[in-house]
Amino acid sequence: MTAPANQALARPSGPKQSLRRKGSRGSILADRAATVVLWGTGVLVLAILGSILLHFALAAWGVVSPSFILDDPSSTALGGIMPVLWNSIYMLVLTMLIAVPVGILGGIYMAEYAGENAVTSAIRFAEEAISSVPSIVVGLFGLILFVDDAHWGFTALAGALALTFFNLPLMTRLSEQALRAVPQEERSASLALGATKWQTIQHVVVPLAIPGLITGVILTAGRVFGEAAVLLFTAGVGTPPHYNFANFDLLNPASPWSPFRPATTLSVYIYKLNSEGLGAFKNQIVDGSAAILIAMVLIFNLGARFIGRLLTRRLTAA
Amino acid sequence: MAQVTTATRLTGLRAAPGLRERLDIPKRVVFLAAASMVAIVALLMIFIAWQGIQLFVKDGVSIGEIFSPTWNPLADGGPQFGFLPFIAATILVTGGALLISTPLSVGLALFLSEVAPNWAKAIVQPSLEIFVGIPSVVWGWLGITVLVPFLGKTFHDPFVVSLPVVGQVFSVPGFLTGFSWLAGSLVLSVMVLPTITSVAYDAFRAVPQELRTGSLALGTTRWQMIRHLLIPSALSGVLTAVVLGMTRAAGEALAVQMVIGNSPSMPAAITQPLTTLTSQITLDMGNTVFGEPWQDALWTMSLILLIISVTSVVLVRVINKRRMGS
Repeated sequence: MTAPANQALARPSGPKQSLRRKGSRGSILADRAATVVLWGTGVLVLAILGSILLHFALAAWGVVSPSFILDDPSSTALGGIMPVLWNSIYMLVLTMLIAVPVGILGGIYMAEYAGENAVTSAIRFAEEAISSVPSIVVGLFGLILFVDDAHWGFTALAGALALTFFNLPLMTRLSEQALRAVPQEERSASLALGATKWQTIQHVVVPLAIPGLITGVILTAGRVFGEAAVLLFTAGVGTPPHYNFANFDLLNPASPWSPFRPATTLSVYIYKLNSEGLGAFKNQIVDGSAAILIAMVLIFNLGARFIGRLLTRRLTAA
Repeated sequence: MAQVTTATRLTGLRAAPGLRERLDIPKRVVFLAAASMVAIVALLMIFIAWQGIQLFVKDGVSIGEIFSPTWNPLADGGPQFGFLPFIAATILVTGGALLISTPLSVGLALFLSEVAPNWAKAIVQPSLEIFVGIPSVVWGWLGITVLVPFLGKTFHDPFVVSLPVVGQVFSVPGFLTGFSWLAGSLVLSVMVLPTITSVAYDAFRAVPQELRTGSLALGTTRWQMIRHLLIPSALSGVLTAVVLGMTRAAGEALAVQMVIGNSPSMPAAITQPLTTLTSQITLDMGNTVFGEPWQDALWTMSLILLIISVTSVVLVRVINKRRMGS
């Protein structure tokens, strides 16, 4: 069966029998070589990732400690990163408070209502456009809109809104995918029982899509947590003061709970320390901070997988 | 929905829709949420375009001037706003990154879709997701602490300099600390690797399984099947992957700024420090005052970046439409 095909592949000169063998030996060698090279790419990527993780584990050794996480920054000693870590978590929560509802609702429209028309394709174009606009440009948009024109100055709220702009397409797309994965029969059954479209979405489609939706939330959160370019010109780059967590006055810029204050996050802090290049402990602080960022990325990724799998099992078993 | 309305009409089981049903408030709310992205993009384009043209409208700089090779906002005879060094550097650093990353990413995508057994996929795919998640400042910091010192040493290593072709590349005179075009391209190539890989992987997966079995049944080896069947049929998808990688590389700001050396000179050698559009904006925005020509020039650069990214979205659409057509 294979003879005609191999003849076609071999060069048409010389005695057929020997050429065919030669040709197939060459192509088998090429195939083996290709297999080795392709395996090589897989091994290389794992090696790069492994050495990065190892590098930061070693670099963080002796730097990351409870006091590094819980202390204020210091100009004379190693100090800690508590205020910037607080700001990272604060910005994450503030951004997700806006981005998650809007993203999931948008995803519901795209999965359940959107028809094949000009409006839908305009929304898709916008989705793709924001995803491809450089993060620094989104940051500049936040700068002109909130910081300059609205006269807010550098605030956590401006940063969170700019981060929402940047991550809304991702949140919407992941929600849409999660909702589309719900089998059509579930919708038909609900509609056949007399439920309205919205009742079906509310009580059938969304509950079934929850594992996927949560995975989407966690993946978006991972991206929000590490983002710096968007925040550089919206939430500010100053070293935070000592925070008094007993101050719950949301309108007071001195309160760490207020959205109307500058909020330098961990990623921005790394960038700032590097560009200012000051302090005897700069390298240790940045190494430790980078290690914490990577650890958070790992937690977000593994968390998304674990929770997604756990919820799917729970919901499908119930 | 259609079945329900028909059934309702036929049996008359449900009363005529009330005001609440006719308004369909939930539908309006979810539509607004989705349409908010259109509003965001429109506003972003208007604001950036308005700020971006101030350099020409208010400061009287001609469009030709920004394509000059001299960038000197503090020059004695009046500021000179030539963007050519930044535009050239953006193109070259991005191009370098794609040259390194494309073969590697496409190879990895082929490995995942054609070669890897399930256990290998189960390791490599989550690793790629972690790759995507590593923040750009961390890549930049890795570049500064590991890559740049290594390159700085290599540029001066007598053995490397004595090598035939490589030696000529590395012995170019100049400021050779390791902060360079090459460092920028290398850092970017790792950052765009997951983007190109995942899009190319989807393209390869989309090729019908029957074509593979058909080819293998004709006696081709797996590599012949990949080269003559898989890559040609997935070509537009691979092209999309490269365009998306390019967009990400050209727009990346902080990691590049940290390793490229930030020198606004015209590119001549891969060992030379350069400045890209994004890195110049990042560096100067905080040092300039709103409304002054220097800052207006930075807004014009961000308008150029915006145009690049919108063009690439259109480009991807054109590539995909052609694929659907054929």
